[in-house]
Amino acid sequence: MADLAARGETPEVLFWVGCAGAFDDRYKRVTRAFVRILEHVGVKYAVLGMEETCTGDPAKRAGNEFLFQMQAMQNITTLNGYGIKTVVTACPHCFNTIKNEYPALGGEYEVIHHSTFLQQLINQGRVKAEGGESFKGRRITFHDSCYLGRANNIYEAPRAVLEVLDADLVEMKRCKTNGLCCGAGGAQMWKEPEPGKKDINIERTEEALATLDGNAEVLGNLTGVESTAPGLPAGSNHGGSIIAVGCPFCMTMMADGVKNKEREQDVQVFDLAELIASAEGLNA
Amino acid sequence: MHFSIQNILFLLVAVAGFGLFAWQARKIRANILVGRDRDMSGHVNERLWKTLLVAFGQQKMFKRLTPAFLHLIVYIGFIVINIEVIEILIDGIFGTHRVLGFMGPLYSALTGTNEVLGALVVLAVTAFWWRRNVQGVRRFSGPEMRAWPKLDANVILYIEVVLMVALFLMNSADLKAHQLEGKDLDGAFPISQFLTGLLPDNVSSLVVLERVGWWAHIVGILLFLNYLPSSKHFHIIMAFPNVYFSRLVPQGQFSNVDSITHEVKAMMDPTYQVPTPATNPDGSAVAPTPFGAKDVNDLAWTNLLNAYSCTECGRCTSVCPANLTGKLLSPRKIIMDTRDRMEEKYNSPLVFDPALYGKEAKHDPQEQLDKENHTLLRGYVTPEELWACTTCNACVEACPVNINPLESIVEMRRFLVLEESAAPNSLNVMFSNIENNGAPWAFSPSDRFNWADDLYMAEKA
Repeated sequence: MADLAARGETPEVLFWVGCAGAFDDRYKRVTRAFVRILEHVGVKYAVLGMEETCTGDPAKRAGNEFLFQMQAMQNITTLNGYGIKTVVTACPHCFNTIKNEYPALGGEYEVIHHSTFLQQLINQGRVKAEGGESFKGRRITFHDSCYLGRANNIYEAPRAVLEVLDADLVEMKRCKTNGLCCGAGGAQMWKEPEPGKKDINIERTEEALATLDGNAEVLGNLTGVESTAPGLPAGSNHGGSIIAVGCPFCMTMMADGVKNKEREQDVQVFDLAELIASAEGLNA
Repeated sequence: MHFSIQNILFLLVAVAGFGLFAWQARKIRANILVGRDRDMSGHVNERLWKTLLVAFGQQKMFKRLTPAFLHLIVYIGFIVINIEVIEILIDGIFGTHRVLGFMGPLYSALTGTNEVLGALVVLAVTAFWWRRNVQGVRRFSGPEMRAWPKLDANVILYIEVVLMVALFLMNSADLKAHQLEGKDLDGAFPISQFLTGLLPDNVSSLVVLERVGWWAHIVGILLFLNYLPSSKHFHIIMAFPNVYFSRLVPQGQFSNVDSITHEVKAMMDPTYQVPTPATNPDGSAVAPTPFGAKDVNDLAWTNLLNAYSCTECGRCTSVCPANLTGKLLSPRKIIMDTRDRMEEKYNSPLVFDPALYGKEAKHDPQEQLDKENHTLLRGYVTPEELWACTTCNACVEACPVNINPLESIVEMRRFLVLEESAAPNSLNVMFSNIENNGAPWAFSPSDRFNWADDLYMAEKA
């Protein structure tokens, strides 16, 4: 962003990468997939790079309002300094915080979650999900992120994005307003769960697996198909079912759950941006 | 019209009934106003619309169809049957009999509807009783459903049946007395006409039975009215203001703490003018309020209003991911604790003090000795419960009357963190990572752009 500003240019959108998007090895792949889509469609975007810092979401949810506001003010100063109008992010926690909690502190932007952004690109015909990996006949279930869904009423955009994939979309019993948390929100990501009968992500993963396994016929002749899609880890199976997510925390929690259930062989967890990038053949 | 000792007696009973209720309502109002101020003015149309949909229209009840249908019967029955109370009040005061009878067909429609609804209410209440006591719907149990909440739930059902029985006794005795005398009785009685066979064939006995039914119905209603403030059934009144004053902002938006905003702004900009602290009328500074909530008076008045609107249905707890997976947190318990604590610390009131009922309802004697720690936080709600919350808003979404347990949970977390530095250690590590590295994980800020290293891009913008 600093380079762009030095040239006196302003971006159409600022892509807010978020801490998970910048540091989490798994979610870095989502960041790259989203960037490839942005470049593919020719959106003039910028990232803050090293000038970005945590939005303060985990601090606020954990009750550390002071730390939250320190982070928020710092980010608002940066964003306002560059005259940013539109922010797009792949993290519902960053999305919620910047959209709903920054205005009270002087940060007013149009904030878009990447699911909505991708939906807009699809509606405009700029993303067609063609020419890459086909998802025909594969089962996908979308896990609603609390901070996208209940917190901000975004239920349709991620589903509209998945619809272009021509896959078999199946809904979990607890979805949309009744969706079950992955277990990582409210700063749970950074601590051990309190004692209980089971971990929340296991409960949620069991539900997702039960939904995906609902009709074995669909899966029957597809499991074991080796994918030739470029850019995805070699040897992994891309013929199986998919738990689609739109949040880095959900990604971690669901992937851990799938691993715990020893189902990595036939069930994978992908972010919406990764699925679209694959379908567009953008896995460079 | 013939005034008699009965009219005077009725007037005394009615004035006592309504007066006692007003006295109780004032105490509850005072309890709620102990909470911190929060401006809920404005957005009148939006609020009224929401009240119409959620409170009057029962919108959120319909997430679960069976109870929604049963509840709807009792709710409509309550409203329609209480139109009859107007007639009873007029008759009682002026010594008239079925004063609205002059309305003819309209009166028949009213009494007929009343009877049908009365019968449906008995059926619905029976189904409720079955669900609670025989079928054992899971959300009606749980550690917070102690002695009083358990008994209270059934008492309400019994009272409702008694009120309906009184109504049918009154109508059928009246109807039969008129039939025996060869006279017509104003109104339609689709249910009572089948009940007359159960009654004696003697006009004077029937007149007495009609009076018994009439008095039992109105005295029952007045007693029930005064039972409400001690009961979860108070939701039939409080649900309306509670929905009206519920949040209009997105559920993900947590409240901003203005006092902290001033401090942070002053830190970042030395020229920032922090507003002068409020002063008491005598000029002394007002004692600073703590960050977050330790006790009920640290919560906003809307959070306290929430506590009086809760009917303990447990929909919040039954969708709570923490509770579902066996953790200690139950959003319903947080709300019930708030109410219990209010009545312990401020006005415990009421005609009947629920806290005094049942051994389980009493606190640990050790806890009572420790006055300092006997606050909402720690005295009732443990930090373990609070830290189990994922702030997912499922409880908020589930509540049919727009109660927000999450707000209270976050306020108590704020107290733990900002006043006591009592966060779990791993969260303290996360805090210091954000402070030092600008990320909740211990990564260097200079590595923040590394994701782009192996990505082909024309230029790094």
